[in-house]
Amino acid sequence: MTDVKKFDRDVEIAWCPGCGDFSILNALKTALSELDLEPHQVTVVSGIGQAAKMPQYIRTNGFNGLHGRALPPALAIKTVNKDMNVIVNSGDGDSYGEGGNHLLHNIRRNVNIAHFVHDNQIYGLTKGQASPTTDENHKTAIQPEGVIVQKFNPIAFAIANGAGFVARSFSGDIKHLTETMKAAIQYNGYAIVDILQPCVSFNKINTFKWYKDRVYALDHTYDPSNKSEALIKADEWGDDIPIGIIYKRQEQPSFTDLIPQLNDAPLIDRKRHPIDAEKFMNDFK
Amino acid sequence: MNYNILIGGAAGQGINTLSSLLEKILHRKGYYLFSNMDYMSRVRGGHNFVQIRFGDEPITSHHSALDLVIALDQETLDLHQSRLKDTGVIFIDRSLNESKTSDNKQLKTYDFKSVAKELENNRVEGSVTVGAVLKHFGLDLDYVKESCDSIFKKVSIAQLNYTAIEKGMDLAESLLTLNPMPNNQDKILINGNQALALGALAGGLDYYVAYPMSPSTGIMTYLSSKQSEAGIVVEQAEDEIAAINMAIGGAYAGARSMTGTSGGGFSLMVESLGLSGIMEIPLVVVDVQRPGPATGLPTRTEQSDLSFVLTASHGEISRMILSVKSAEDAFYATVRALNIADKYQIPVIILSDQFLADTSQTIDAFNFDNITINRHISKKEDITEGTYKRYEMTENGISPRIIPGKIEGQVILSDSDEHDEYGNITESADVRIKQMNKRMQRLEMLKSVVEEPEHFGSEQPNLLLMGWGSMYGPLQEAVKMLQDDGYKVASLVFGDLYPLPTKLLEKYHDKANTLVNVEQNFTGQLGKLIRQETGIHCQKSILKYDGRQLSGEEIYNRVIKEVL
Repeated sequence: MTDVKKFDRDVEIAWCPGCGDFSILNALKTALSELDLEPHQVTVVSGIGQAAKMPQYIRTNGFNGLHGRALPPALAIKTVNKDMNVIVNSGDGDSYGEGGNHLLHNIRRNVNIAHFVHDNQIYGLTKGQASPTTDENHKTAIQPEGVIVQKFNPIAFAIANGAGFVARSFSGDIKHLTETMKAAIQYNGYAIVDILQPCVSFNKINTFKWYKDRVYALDHTYDPSNKSEALIKADEWGDDIPIGIIYKRQEQPSFTDLIPQLNDAPLIDRKRHPIDAEKFMNDFK
Repeated sequence: MNYNILIGGAAGQGINTLSSLLEKILHRKGYYLFSNMDYMSRVRGGHNFVQIRFGDEPITSHHSALDLVIALDQETLDLHQSRLKDTGVIFIDRSLNESKTSDNKQLKTYDFKSVAKELENNRVEGSVTVGAVLKHFGLDLDYVKESCDSIFKKVSIAQLNYTAIEKGMDLAESLLTLNPMPNNQDKILINGNQALALGALAGGLDYYVAYPMSPSTGIMTYLSSKQSEAGIVVEQAEDEIAAINMAIGGAYAGARSMTGTSGGGFSLMVESLGLSGIMEIPLVVVDVQRPGPATGLPTRTEQSDLSFVLTASHGEISRMILSVKSAEDAFYATVRALNIADKYQIPVIILSDQFLADTSQTIDAFNFDNITINRHISKKEDITEGTYKRYEMTENGISPRIIPGKIEGQVILSDSDEHDEYGNITESADVRIKQMNKRMQRLEMLKSVVEEPEHFGSEQPNLLLMGWGSMYGPLQEAVKMLQDDGYKVASLVFGDLYPLPTKLLEKYHDKANTLVNVEQNFTGQLGKLIRQETGIHCQKSILKYDGRQLSGEEIYNRVIKEVL
């Protein structure tokens, strides 16, 4: 086990006191430490938002890019360096709103990365507008009469589109969250974890207590390999909200496994010589 | 000696096969070629044509007067007949010419289709035509077999096409005799997109990510076809935003990365161009221009993205912009762009255009001996004080760059927010100033790297024509024609555009009375850039924005009419 302190960064954390992000940060550090990973073996990638500040607060390699654009650099990092452990940490706006197209196509790619979505059902950094996962009828400054569009269901979306590992966890249950993160990181393929968390400043409906009263952990009697059952579970939302691995397909070759040029050394370790390309000129003679 | 052939017809009629076979044979026989494509944005039908100009000396531009037209449909006949020289002829299949224009002596009616039918494969009609063309120019069967083998991968198909060419030769008569040419093993026939892609391979490219967009797609197509042999990864992204972010992610992780698109795709990439700037991640972006705005003329040519790429991205970043002047230049310039991006940790934008992308030209084989791949990656020993700082303040403004995961215990934090030396977010005014100065300092350093424009023509010109990128070949030809008429004229053609090289500009500006910018756009973007950077005004502009490239002859005519 790696000393968990190795993942500490000596900086001031700019999250609100009581924010669910703190627990997610601690769970991630513990997961990496228990998986025996060293800081330089991990890259945490994010978009923009409060959750997306994660690379600032954990001492691993970090790439804090543009809003909605966490997935493209993440899958690129894994493609060119298959030895790297790549983890995306970003919010519901970043992952499901601005970055929706990348989510869809990254599921198709099945790149071996873990995607942790901090889902507080609200836009925090821009001070409280609806996010794709905000409940219907929820009133905000921009939606004064309440949200009139259907909420996005990331779990059902991911399962239906062929993601191999789809889970939900809760920032209020650190042990559950840590175990779910570990399983996602270890899964060979794209793994998404939707993490429910309160936004203490802007979401007065889905509070810590609101989630605490509703979430229940799936136990050993639940079979995550059954896709039809998983889709039914994915629709469960209201008085009871299931957390745990909702769908897990048997591992298949991931994106980088399917590119023959990547079979040997990582792409970045290839030595290149200009003269190697000279033979290609014959086509033009 | 040079001749100009036009092959025209509807998309799907096999123009490309016909022209590439003919080009290959002429090339192997040692002639210099210059071949450009004019095609519509549709899969079948419409009017498309290829112009093949060939001769015994290097050719740098297309030309409008035609020696031979191969009309695969009536429209080609109607549209291009008037461009025929007095000595020119038109080849047409009998089925298209049921006596209605038979009194035209320039019209040669042949049985291309029925010969193909006899060979039991209608698709070899083009090769029958190639045979007739060879006979027309008095050429023999030398190099025809090898050319068929290289164009048609399947042996039986190559053989069938060879037979079709032989049969086609029997149809026509020899009206011309060409000088035989010496062996040209040291020459290649290549288009702008292919040359750029080959330059990327020579320059050590690891990772190319793009979304298909005409006319840049040829770069990705070529790189994909070589990816397993070259050991690189080429990926088709879900959109241009993903493409550039993937290229940036790949570069962050240590791969030499590049993306390519046209103006519309570049528009989508702009926010991320700034990301590469503030993160100091090396990146090469190719913009193969086509007429805009929005979808514009998707398969036509223009040089109208210069003003846009000069300031693309909100906020300010160091960047370098270069344009490629010819297929030959595209190769070497791409290698250079990759090295400069790595050395200065900046985005480098390469401007090409549809004309250059789709124009094949006979050029000297590329010289791989002097090419170097300079990655400028730091090692463990370069890390001072034990902890790596991605954005360390250094004298020259360039921080050591290491690769994530490669040095035990060291991590790399890159952030799109303003950040301190470690990559940590900051709002400190002092740190902001220091980091801005550090990033922008590179513009000054780049001034010593930029290459001066290419000068062609008189050393003491009265008239100075200025262009950039693909205007290179046509301007060369125009200057020659004007010089032949006794005018004291020169041209300066810019490859590097930003930072703008100014030495030759100032030198010839002092000598010339009249400066003219010659560009494929409406607003005279090079003229504006020159004025902005140096205060030098161009008195006249020769501009074209109908989607078709200016030829040397056209520039010559417009100079005579509009300038002199």
